[in-house]
Amino acid sequence: MSTSVVVGSPVESYVAPFDELVGDASAPAWVQSMRRAAFDRFTALGFPTTKNEDWHFTSVAPIADSEFVLLAAKTGDIKRDELAAFSFATGQTAAWYTMVFVNGRFAPELSDCAKLPNGVKLWDLASAWTKAPDVVDRIGKITSYDLNAFTALNTAFMHDGAVVQIAKETEVDRPIHLLFITDANAAKGVMHPRNLIVLGRHAKATVIESYVSTSEAVYFTNAVTEVSVAEGATLRHYKMQREAARSFHVGTIEASQAKDSHYVSFSLATGAALSRTNVYTTLGGEGAGATLNGLYMLGDDQHCDHQTQIVHAQPNCFSRELYKGVLDGRSHGVFNGKVYVHPIAQKTDGKQTNNTLLLSDTAQIDTKPQLEIFADDVKCTHGATVGQIDRTALFYLESRGISRPLARRLLTYAFAADVLETLEVDEIRQSLETATLERFV
Amino acid sequence: MSSSIESLISREYQHGFVTEIEADTLPPGLSEEIVRAISGKKNEPPFMLEWRLKAYRRWLSMKEPHWPNVTYGPIDYQAVSYYSAPKTKKPLGSIDEVDPELLATYAKLGIPLNEQKMLAGVAVDAIFDSVSVGTTMREELSKHGIIFCSLGEAIREYPALVEKYLGSVVPYSDNFFAALNSAVFSDGSFVYVPKGVRCPIELSTYFRINSADTGQFERTLIIADEGAYVSYLEGCTAPKRSTNQLHAAVVELVALKGATVKYSTVQNWYAGDKEGRGGIYNFVTKRGKAAENAKISWTQVETGSAITWKYPSVILLGDNSVGEFYSVAVVNNHQQADTGTKMIHIGRNTKSTIVSKGISAGQGNNSYRGRVQVLPKATGARNYTQCDSMLVGNRCGAHTFPYIEVGNNSAIVEHEASTSKIGEDQIFYLKQRGLSAEQAVSMIVSGFCKEVFKELPMEFALEAQALLGITLEGSVG
Repeated sequence: MSTSVVVGSPVESYVAPFDELVGDASAPAWVQSMRRAAFDRFTALGFPTTKNEDWHFTSVAPIADSEFVLLAAKTGDIKRDELAAFSFATGQTAAWYTMVFVNGRFAPELSDCAKLPNGVKLWDLASAWTKAPDVVDRIGKITSYDLNAFTALNTAFMHDGAVVQIAKETEVDRPIHLLFITDANAAKGVMHPRNLIVLGRHAKATVIESYVSTSEAVYFTNAVTEVSVAEGATLRHYKMQREAARSFHVGTIEASQAKDSHYVSFSLATGAALSRTNVYTTLGGEGAGATLNGLYMLGDDQHCDHQTQIVHAQPNCFSRELYKGVLDGRSHGVFNGKVYVHPIAQKTDGKQTNNTLLLSDTAQIDTKPQLEIFADDVKCTHGATVGQIDRTALFYLESRGISRPLARRLLTYAFAADVLETLEVDEIRQSLETATLERFV
Repeated sequence: MSSSIESLISREYQHGFVTEIEADTLPPGLSEEIVRAISGKKNEPPFMLEWRLKAYRRWLSMKEPHWPNVTYGPIDYQAVSYYSAPKTKKPLGSIDEVDPELLATYAKLGIPLNEQKMLAGVAVDAIFDSVSVGTTMREELSKHGIIFCSLGEAIREYPALVEKYLGSVVPYSDNFFAALNSAVFSDGSFVYVPKGVRCPIELSTYFRINSADTGQFERTLIIADEGAYVSYLEGCTAPKRSTNQLHAAVVELVALKGATVKYSTVQNWYAGDKEGRGGIYNFVTKRGKAAENAKISWTQVETGSAITWKYPSVILLGDNSVGEFYSVAVVNNHQQADTGTKMIHIGRNTKSTIVSKGISAGQGNNSYRGRVQVLPKATGARNYTQCDSMLVGNRCGAHTFPYIEVGNNSAIVEHEASTSKIGEDQIFYLKQRGLSAEQAVSMIVSGFCKEVFKELPMEFALEAQALLGITLEGSVG
């Protein structure tokens, strides 16, 4: 059975690969029917336009108008030593548990996940269908593809990705690194990584999700990560989007949080010509907290859009959000942060901040911090600022003998420093501090 | 909170009386004939009719927008009567000839249409349903060369001015409701302040919807020529009706080089009953255009209407121009408000300030929606936005949707918002000082709104404070 769509519409090029994928029945029946339903939804929704309020400032026409080849088979030619540049390793600490995906497919030969401590389990999605059916049955239940065409598209093509399970009362000693890497073989290709992170009661873990490239190829990454944080558990989840400069990246992260859990998210975006990152979390139990931070640094013609949503569904929860942006060249940054407080979510404490620094007179920022509040006993604030480098500060540094370019770099670094300080993994923080100092020379 | 806060708001709507006046009303429905009939009834020159028809045709091709955060049933535009004028026998020569019953209505509203008010120094142009009834203080103003009359009169007497400026800020194609208004507007106020003149008194208009099933589509045009200054006040009320009435007005402000226009509104249209039946749909387009060194300041106190949907905006076109927006919006029972402002920075060194205070009580929903846009050439633009919400009771909602779009790196834009409730401890403290819970809430709320009230002219500030008290009555206790 093939799917019928309007001939010539942007979704048409996805039909044949989809029919081929569902023809291969290696995944269980429920996955097949979910893929089918998601694909129908995708064809019904089509790619969003700027008339869609959630996509008002971001046109996905470059993605919709391109024909990408589904990277279904294993491709890629990445050597182990090429990974060092993206591993954050300093050589002083033990190597992280790492799962490497090359051009969208799991590469066990490059990964370091054979020896795992008790309570930590990692699978690639393709084998998890059969090896861990009771874990993966959460897929599709945390995030919905009903209104998001890209999530629908990902669900239709979900095939590979990482499944992370941390058992209850387990504290993982080192970060777990999910490294998605592409090389020149990914050119004109599309991949749909689908990840699942499940933390049991009182578990504690750090998961890093990286998207990087060794090439300058044009490709499209369409990732979805679902996160479940059980009672009293803490997850630090850092997403590092450092894709190739001409590539496209759309990623959705959605977390579901139980009582007293804490979800800490950090989203870095420095790569891709056009990128969109959604970070959503629902505080579904009393006393839960969410910390959503991010940093985007753009130049040239880059376009980067972040959309975050924090749903306070239960009383006595807190949320903290700090997103900072540094824009140079003709780049365009977009930030849309929503905080939604349900009628029963009394004693909510929410704070949201977005600051953007414009380095050039052709850079542009559109920011929209949003509050929707239906409970009365709450404390919610949000703030947004847009500005340039303070001239008096620049003058002061110059008067102390620091050259203008260096002074600008220092001040840019200082602007980003307070969000970088929130990173609790030293290697990443140091690496990003250096990157910030060197990014705008 | 408490039952103590839960019962402080429910006095009946005070302006809910109907005046039995014979009215000249067009049959309901909208068509080219109706547009022609309205224009004909008002003896308008041909350019006006043409403009109305263009607007009407444009309107036919437009769709009613549904993006605001409000919900209401479908509006049947063919069930509305687009023109209703109090019937008079002959053109009015002076205010004494106005129907005494009409004047009695105004007396009930406390509108100072007569001599006493002249002492108070306010010139009032009262719009009853759709037609301007009489304008006071006109002679005094004409000494300074200031024109203050109804728009209908201005179209007949000063067609050159009207033709030049009408639609120059809000074109007929601007949006669905502006197009509708452009096609069928019945009357409104017109102000022209000549070069370098400072208008010596506050100008004021009072709008009132009286007839059942009529929409009110007034249109206001204020022009301040180079270096002029004018402060304008607008008040609104409507009788109680069980059906919803549509109010789609347009206000255009033109501030030429170095001019200052200050526009204050106290909006108290009938808000519907406690179950949310009836009330006015207030869908208004207000916008000002500021030339070099000009300043436009909007102040609004929104306490009425079942649904309020308006965004008084400023286009900061000229260098060094200034835009301000001060707003208090209160919703109670089932009222819904989606209001805010747009500041569009085009000129260099333009500045804008936004202070918005939203208070939600009962099952009301209050949204602030604002857009601050700095275009690439607006070097040195500066914006400061503060929007605070207060929630009274746990069935209401407060929402903030700010859009900040900056395309120039020398711009400094700041946005701050907070949401909180009236503290139990604050009420306790005031009660302990001998105030009733109701007085305490009223005092806390006026403190919360102080920054906006201080922008209002004196007599309006008092009225606004009183209105706020009435709107919130019964929401606490």
